[in-house]
Amino acid sequence: MVARLAKRIYLYVIFVFLYAPIVVLVVYSFNESKSRGHWGGFTLKWYLELFKDTEISRALYNTLMIAILSAIIATIIGTAAAIGIHDMKRVKKAIVMNLTYLPVLNPDIVTGVSLMLLFVFSKAVTQIGLGFFTMLLAHITFNIPYVILSVLPKLKQLNKYVYEAALDLGATPLYALWKVVIPEILPGIFTGFLLAFTLSIDDFVISFFTTGSGVSNLSIYVYSMARRGVNPKINALSTIMFLTVLILLLIVNKRMSKDNSNAKEGLK
Amino acid sequence: MKKTWYSYPYLVWMAIFIVVPFLLLLFYSFTASTDQGIVFTLDHVKRLWDPIYLMVLLRSINLALICTIICLIVGYPVSLILASKEYSSNKVLALLFVIPMWINFLLRTYAWMTLLEKDGLVYTILEFLHIPNTQLLYTDQAVVLGMVYNFLPFMVLPIYSVLTKMDKHIIEAAEDLGANYITVLRRIIIPLSLPGVISGITMVFMPAVTTFIISRLLGGGHYILVGNLIEQQFMVVGDWNFGSAISFVLMVVILISMGIMRKYDKEYEGGAIW
Repeated sequence: MVARLAKRIYLYVIFVFLYAPIVVLVVYSFNESKSRGHWGGFTLKWYLELFKDTEISRALYNTLMIAILSAIIATIIGTAAAIGIHDMKRVKKAIVMNLTYLPVLNPDIVTGVSLMLLFVFSKAVTQIGLGFFTMLLAHITFNIPYVILSVLPKLKQLNKYVYEAALDLGATPLYALWKVVIPEILPGIFTGFLLAFTLSIDDFVISFFTTGSGVSNLSIYVYSMARRGVNPKINALSTIMFLTVLILLLIVNKRMSKDNSNAKEGLK
Repeated sequence: MKKTWYSYPYLVWMAIFIVVPFLLLLFYSFTASTDQGIVFTLDHVKRLWDPIYLMVLLRSINLALICTIICLIVGYPVSLILASKEYSSNKVLALLFVIPMWINFLLRTYAWMTLLEKDGLVYTILEFLHIPNTQLLYTDQAVVLGMVYNFLPFMVLPIYSVLTKMDKHIIEAAEDLGANYITVLRRIIIPLSLPGVISGITMVFMPAVTTFIISRLLGGGHYILVGNLIEQQFMVVGDWNFGSAISFVLMVVILISMGIMRKYDKEYEGGAIW
């Protein structure tokens, strides 16, 4: 009985430790007083100031555009890659998969720095300076592996004879792929897309190194402001970002568990 | 009917954006531009052995180790409790542990800034209780606290997942044979959960060593870890050769240890790709 109570208390303490800072942050985003030791009354003024700030709205635009574009492009390239990798011979597959894991395992800071080197180095030829476009390329690069890793398991579950049957019945390979394979792996593709989108919104380190002066996304903006100290406007911004990620996460989680239960039923 | 060519765009992309940057990093690490053009040199890597930089490296490893140990001590019981009979059916609890992992790193760190700053909540509470306190923010302790806060879920989840997959009959058998809880824990649960512990240690230690955000925001400007050093070399000093050399060494160390950890993991899990 005592052990049970101790367990419960321990869990509660840990949960308080994990969630209290975030709750405090959210609560203080509604605080009238700028000093955080005191409660000066409920206000929405930080949110209003947030929406008036043109720099923030530009950062928001960059964040969303890059998240959408990089997720779409990474999903297309990644899904095609997964279909290809699935058909590869053992050795070749192992090499490609190890390379795919490299950006996943590599510290973010090293990936960011090496991409920065590439973009600066290639500027002489391509005339593309560090900025929106390079940040987009970087995001696509770190998103593709996650799409591949969410599509591959679906391909493994796929019955390959269905595709062959479609070919025997006279479908062209492309038509069979479109009508037979893609619909079957669609849940995996969609999960990969959402994962890529979330990761892109969430990224700071790689964006930090691959963007140029003047172009920032939300996390870079938060970082440059937080470096100067605490600011209630960041609290408001953080609250909005927190809620967005939370909602996205719940959707992804629901999808993944649904995918898994479907897969289990398929096995029965 | 092989569809391998579908992966060609990806292979090209990977060559340009993963392989080439890696070669560039290698190139910058081992060359220097002199009057005679670009020459091969080991100077940048050797410079890391300079006491100043060695200290930075040691401090990063030291803080990351402390953070890993705290996470293990605090996190292991959490995994045990979450995986125990009373709670194992409760998926929501596990999800509650995942959510903080997905909240932006910066926001989580920033949240502690608001708590620890002068006039912040913790400060006010301490003052109210008449506990003498000087500086909370911009200290070693604040950096370790930020790391533990950020990385604790990375320790809990791998251990939790190993514990839930464990065959419960072994524990029951041990209990039938007269083992008490401590013996079961020491002889069965802990040895069987080692793969989870190892991946937990990897997942906490690696990001803790390379972070530059936590040390910058909670440690203040003067606080330098390896991550800050790399950032400074690229963004402030502009010494790309040295910056690349540090990144390269860091990457090699981390990938090798990851490789070893994964090998160890594979013996238990079977299906890993490495």
